[in-house]
Amino acid sequence: MLKYLIEKEFKQIARNPFLPRLILIYPLVVLLIFPWAATYEIRNINLCVIDNDHSTYSQQLTDKTVSSGYFRLTAVEPTYTQAMQQIASKRADVILEIPPHFERDLINQQAAGVLIASNAVNGSVGGLSSEYMSEIVTDYSSQIRQEWQQTGKGIPPAPTIEVISQNRFNPFLNYKLFMIPAMMVIVLTIMTGFLPALNIVSEKEAGTMEQINVTPVPKFTFIFSKLLSYWIIGFFVISLCFLLARIIYGFAPTGHLSTMYAFTGIYILAVSGMGLVVSNYSDTLQQAMFVIFFFMMMLILLSGLFTPVNSMPQWAQWIAAFNPLKYFIQVMRSVYLKGSGFLDLIPQFSALAGFAAFFNLWAIISYRKSN
Amino acid sequence: MKQFLTFVQKEFHHIFRDHRTMLILIGMPIVEIILFGFAITTEVKDSKVVILDSSHDVATRHIIDEINANKYFNVVEYIHNSNDIQHIFQKGEATLAVVFEDHFYETLLHTGKAQIQLIADASDPNTATTVTYYANRIIADYQQTLMVQNNVPYQITPNVKLLYNPEMKGAYNFVPGVLGMILMLICAMMTSIAIVREKETGTMEVLLVSPIKPIMIILAKMVPYFVVSCFNLCSVLLLSVYVLGVPVAGSLFGLILVSLLFIVVSLSLGLLVSTLTNTQLAAMLVSGMVFLLPVILLSGMIFPIENMPVWMQWLSDIIPAKWYIQAVKALMIQGLGIMNILKETGILVLMTIIFIVISLKKFNVRLE
Repeated sequence: MLKYLIEKEFKQIARNPFLPRLILIYPLVVLLIFPWAATYEIRNINLCVIDNDHSTYSQQLTDKTVSSGYFRLTAVEPTYTQAMQQIASKRADVILEIPPHFERDLINQQAAGVLIASNAVNGSVGGLSSEYMSEIVTDYSSQIRQEWQQTGKGIPPAPTIEVISQNRFNPFLNYKLFMIPAMMVIVLTIMTGFLPALNIVSEKEAGTMEQINVTPVPKFTFIFSKLLSYWIIGFFVISLCFLLARIIYGFAPTGHLSTMYAFTGIYILAVSGMGLVVSNYSDTLQQAMFVIFFFMMMLILLSGLFTPVNSMPQWAQWIAAFNPLKYFIQVMRSVYLKGSGFLDLIPQFSALAGFAAFFNLWAIISYRKSN
Repeated sequence: MKQFLTFVQKEFHHIFRDHRTMLILIGMPIVEIILFGFAITTEVKDSKVVILDSSHDVATRHIIDEINANKYFNVVEYIHNSNDIQHIFQKGEATLAVVFEDHFYETLLHTGKAQIQLIADASDPNTATTVTYYANRIIADYQQTLMVQNNVPYQITPNVKLLYNPEMKGAYNFVPGVLGMILMLICAMMTSIAIVREKETGTMEVLLVSPIKPIMIILAKMVPYFVVSCFNLCSVLLLSVYVLGVPVAGSLFGLILVSLLFIVVSLSLGLLVSTLTNTQLAAMLVSGMVFLLPVILLSGMIFPIENMPVWMQWLSDIIPAKWYIQAVKALMIQGLGIMNILKETGILVLMTIIFIVISLKKFNVRLE
């Protein structure tokens, strides 16, 4: 009986004019486009310089800033007001103002100041760009100090702590490698979480549910056939994602494929179960769509996809502990980048298995053949 | 006109009688504003640190205490073997390992030079750079205290000023983004579904043979969603001003005007989707799924557009939400006047015209 039910599911999907194309094209588009968009790497910050000193030092400082690779000199303005105009019209992001007598003060009084003003509408970008700029300025001052030391003015050397930083697993800090595994999770979630949610409801709306209800199919078998179909689709989608990551980005997992497939299997059960529960409780497609959309939005935002979960306040971390996406994103990232094995990820596996059991039991209990 | 009003009334009944959808339409913006305002932050806080310190001297203890006291770090474990680091990272138990050289303080005193290794789990590059940066700063501070007797010459002090958002609040960036996302999704998704549903259930046929003009049918479908969107606009603005403390620095009038324009853009986009699709499922998937990720990613809400490759930036130009979010940022956060957002407004108007013209051309008065 199960075999025919699954055959029915696949025929229903294949004969829909839209779904087969969606299943093929959506992963492609997501993996091809979005890793390029999701990046915090800050480069090419537009810089506006106000040089009130016009000295060798002020010129050197400007040159050093531009050659750092982070900044792009887009404007030179005579006054602060005019520079603010540049910021308002988005032609500049950061202002560097060098005060008059900068060089003279530095030589005579051994100290001088500069003003760095950055557009902080996006707080983290504004903060980072001003930090980069401060670092360049500090660097420049130690560069001058060294030049003076070499001329032998007798400045004592200070004890130095040498800091060596090492970036494990992703030495070139490639942000795409971080986003691609997580993007796969999103694709899989949408394919195996959204679609089952819409599935039962659309049978209700089309009236075909009525027909199933009068057949001898037990409810467990019926739910199971739906689950199994999405399970197969899910495996197809995730394999497609692995393949695309390999072909487009030359990105192969450090860990074992088998670990990822094992987690994929349990994860699909969890999200499909969630989708089925929603569809059992909804009367119309529109309702189902909105409810799942609402939850999906929250789950994605609290999953650590874009922002680290550890930085959230405690209450939000508690909510995130009930988020299957969070665990699967952790798993995919660890296996892809760090080569974590199954044994390292036991907590995540038990959490996902718990979700899968919970949602599917709920789905079976809440599905009623009689109205 | 009376006919039109009757139709509008019919559409209102459609929405209000579906309590669950109604609840989500009204509740989603509120939940999202609260999540974005309080829960989601791009800042890196409370990173877990492991420490390998075999010297246990004044200097290492001082640095470790400083790291532990820092709000960005949380020392979770002291290890004795550098081979353990790999495994700790693989289990995800820490993001940074600080490794001190043997006999750290002694070496520092005698040779004038000692070594600290900062090993970061760079699978998340953003976190890795940030934690390395903070740890570096703590070490540099310690070095400063060592040099306190020697007055360091040639010091250039950078005075940093963060414009518009001195406390670097994430909400300043997110509120415009959430506004754009909510309005776009609710308007586009709801209208497209409402129209396609009539097609699918066959009631479109009844409507098309009624004496009312087809264009009136469509307009009547848009009115309730327009009203709901205006309600959402008010709730988001009130929440962001009174709960999140994000002020409306510029002209409120301009902000409302450009928001109304954006609602119209989204409604016409929904109309366009509805003329291109035939089933509710397809309409929902297009407006819900195909719009969801691009609106989050390409509108500049989380990831700044300037960092993307040029071809991505062009791609982002066709996302209406991007222009709206830019305009809202200018008016709400930067406190600029309407004159500064003429470009954005123009583009949004142009988009509306394009969407409406295509939809009208495609709109079928007759059933096949």
